[in-house]
Amino acid sequence: MKLNKAMNRRNFLKVSAASGTGLVIGFNWLAGCTPTSPEMSIPKSWTDINAFIKVADNGLVTIFSPNPEIGQNVKTSMPMIVAEELDVDWKKVIVEQADLNTVKYNRQVAGGSQSIRAGWEGLRQAGATAKQMLRQAAANQWQVDVSDVSTEMGQLVNSKSGDKLGYGDVAVAAASLPIPDEVELKDLKDFKLIGTSVKNVDGEKIVTGKPLFGIDYKREGQLIAMLIHAPAFGMKLKSYDAEAAKAMPGIQDVFKLDTSLEEPQWSDVNAFNDLIVIVGETTWQVMKAKKAVNAEWVADTPLENSEDHFAKLVDGVERQKGRVLREDGNADAALRSASKVIEKTYTAPFLAHNTMEPMNFFAHVTPEKAELVGPIQTPESLRGTVMKVLGMTEDQVTIEMTRMGGGFGRRLYGNFGLEAALISKAVGKPVKLVYTREDDMTQGTYRPAYRVKYTAGLDENNNLIAFKAKAAGIPGSPLFANRFPAGTVDNYHGEGVNVATNISTGAWRAPRSNFIAGAEQAFIDEVAEAAGKDPLDFRLELFDRAINNPVGDNNDYDAARYAGVLKLVKEKANWTQDMSGVSRGVAAYYCHNSYVAQVVDVVMKNNEPVVQKVWCAVDCGIVVNKEGAINQVEGGIVDGIGHAMYSQLTFKDGKPEQENFHQYDLIRHMQAPEIEVFFVENDIHPTGLGEPSLPPVMGALANALYKATGTRYYNQPFTKAKQADEILVG
Amino acid sequence: MIQGHFDEKKGLNSTRLKLTTMAIFNIKVNGKTREVDVEPDTPVLWVLRDHLDLPGTKFGCGIAQCGACTVHADGNAIRSCSTPISAVGDMEITSIEGLSENGDHPVQQAWIEHDVPQCGYCQAGQIMNAAAFLDKNPNPSKEEIASAMSGNICRCGTYTRINAAIQTAAKKS
Repeated sequence: MKLNKAMNRRNFLKVSAASGTGLVIGFNWLAGCTPTSPEMSIPKSWTDINAFIKVADNGLVTIFSPNPEIGQNVKTSMPMIVAEELDVDWKKVIVEQADLNTVKYNRQVAGGSQSIRAGWEGLRQAGATAKQMLRQAAANQWQVDVSDVSTEMGQLVNSKSGDKLGYGDVAVAAASLPIPDEVELKDLKDFKLIGTSVKNVDGEKIVTGKPLFGIDYKREGQLIAMLIHAPAFGMKLKSYDAEAAKAMPGIQDVFKLDTSLEEPQWSDVNAFNDLIVIVGETTWQVMKAKKAVNAEWVADTPLENSEDHFAKLVDGVERQKGRVLREDGNADAALRSASKVIEKTYTAPFLAHNTMEPMNFFAHVTPEKAELVGPIQTPESLRGTVMKVLGMTEDQVTIEMTRMGGGFGRRLYGNFGLEAALISKAVGKPVKLVYTREDDMTQGTYRPAYRVKYTAGLDENNNLIAFKAKAAGIPGSPLFANRFPAGTVDNYHGEGVNVATNISTGAWRAPRSNFIAGAEQAFIDEVAEAAGKDPLDFRLELFDRAINNPVGDNNDYDAARYAGVLKLVKEKANWTQDMSGVSRGVAAYYCHNSYVAQVVDVVMKNNEPVVQKVWCAVDCGIVVNKEGAINQVEGGIVDGIGHAMYSQLTFKDGKPEQENFHQYDLIRHMQAPEIEVFFVENDIHPTGLGEPSLPPVMGALANALYKATGTRYYNQPFTKAKQADEILVG
Repeated sequence: MIQGHFDEKKGLNSTRLKLTTMAIFNIKVNGKTREVDVEPDTPVLWVLRDHLDLPGTKFGCGIAQCGACTVHADGNAIRSCSTPISAVGDMEITSIEGLSENGDHPVQQAWIEHDVPQCGYCQAGQIMNAAAFLDKNPNPSKEEIASAMSGNICRCGTYTRINAAIQTAAKKS
């Protein structure tokens, strides 16, 4: 057992004091509960133990899930961690989504694959602290020492007498006890719940169509609002005529809204501050009226084209001097002495997030307060912006987080929440703002467009002696300073170039990695081929170097864990076995503190390459919810294959050329492969899982496609972009 | 019919006559006849969501490209976002809320068994499409499932689970 100082106590352990009373009566648990055993009676009273836990008189336990749920399944996995330390039967657990409350909770964010990583310690302590207080309360009642009270799935056991009490029997007494200075956390080997497969707590509601999402939210008297934004990036509103729209049935108002901010924070990315708002009674009425508004827009900054973007990226990589991110040895000198030099360039287009639930938010703003409800990955940031714009204090702005129909980074940027608040303020009524698919796709915070040029040098024994990477992005370089292959080669040069744009961009699932991993891993494959080595073994050779004699002392990754996932996938996929008719590609990547290696199997059907199977090895430390974890990994793989193969957002005169799914291709059921996932078993505290399986699959796919077709795939999306094979230099 | 709409802001005296063609429709939804007073071009999707308080059917694209809005019309899977209420007539509409009384349709059960959803937004449409498909093809191959389900986008990429769940449901039903 490990003794652990309770940290961040202010944030979650003293909620009883913060909320004034420990006793909550008359809570309507049926409205917010997850399925529980049918034989459980309805509780008469609930007691708050801390910010995460309340216990009912009959032993039911409510666990609050602090972070927003975007489909990464934290609403199940975070409460599992609390329940593990609390030692309660999961069947008696009701999970509720917590509202935004920065006094009670830390980091209520869905982003960076960090919920479990950052929450792990605090969630365990919340459970352990509550258990300790329940044990103390039982000890007081039995007049024994606390060490004589053990727990057993929601029961307190007197080891002297064998007497038992339920958690509900002592909850009120426990809540009034002082918070212990130290709590015992379980030994990892004693985990009963963590590492098992627990079903999604919202599963039954999802399959029966219960209202869970922001777009489903409804309040008596609410109006529906929609927006018209400029048709192109770089344009401003000149004039508009809304007379016809205003005369349409159900339409209450059409007006102009300015959402520009004096001091925007990072989450306020938004290219369109000049908006026309249509407010009416029903969605269809507003949708129709939106089409009846005549607006004239004028360019006030350049209207960009995809051709210009391409040229700017070429210029950035080929002619501009970028920022040097890492320099080991002298890569240019080593390249001059190399026996073989390989140089290749990779590109990828802008991408939209395309969450299935379009952007939306509910707001009811009165002079006294602002109530916001909806899907947001960064509720605290949204609150900050709303407070500033409305001139309100923190306690005047509430944000209720709904389940999100996808995020992928789009809902880190809460412009739609601010828009809803400003519209509600303007009309003085509760309003639900809804984007159409076209609004959503053409008003994005897109994944930037990228280009990277790699140069590698091999000596006469086919050892890697030099590696250069120069990468440009519109905007922002996709290159990480201290990642593979840095650390495995004596002479390394990494350089990043930023190309400016007026198109709004932002984080998109596994930012930067979602391009650079695929490019890097496809290039490594070509280097291995030039060296005449098996691509998987070539990678292992590089990691051996980094394990035994790493170059530099600030490499991000642990080379042994990197090699570990490669070895695991090698074994599981039977890499060394020749499989007739199957072309295989491999890739490995590290991001969000986790390691992933994949083998992609491609077969030819009717002269077309088909992705048949993906084998995936993951080292993300302790796996909290096995089946949920596999689901995340599968999703990342399908997402990665889909975007590498089919998806792109292109621009013509500042206007996105894809506005809906008839123009923007997303991967479909028929194109999804079989997937098998293997986890490295270890005792390392959990690391990220929502993102890490996406980036490498783009590389493993390109490598398998090469084996199947003889064509190297340099430019995404592979099915649409021209693939000009480049010449081996030297 | 033609009717005037009261304009709250301008008040009674300045009420403009808004020319519209609102009409009463009696449609059969989830086994009940429901009366709605809407414009005839109103998609079934918005009738369900805005007028009948049945928000389980989801808005994804509005142009029948993603399948999130799939419901049944006389047992056939249709895209409710692109089906105007005027086209419904006597057809029986079933939404996800009416697929089963207790959420225990074999497809719903299989979805739980395979823990299919991630974000969950597309899943009502996937389930409705799968249920209608299994009615016509009760013993489909993996490939037939993939083909039949390819009109429904899952942005989270749960396709492999959807496929497995449909195979399971086929065995059960």
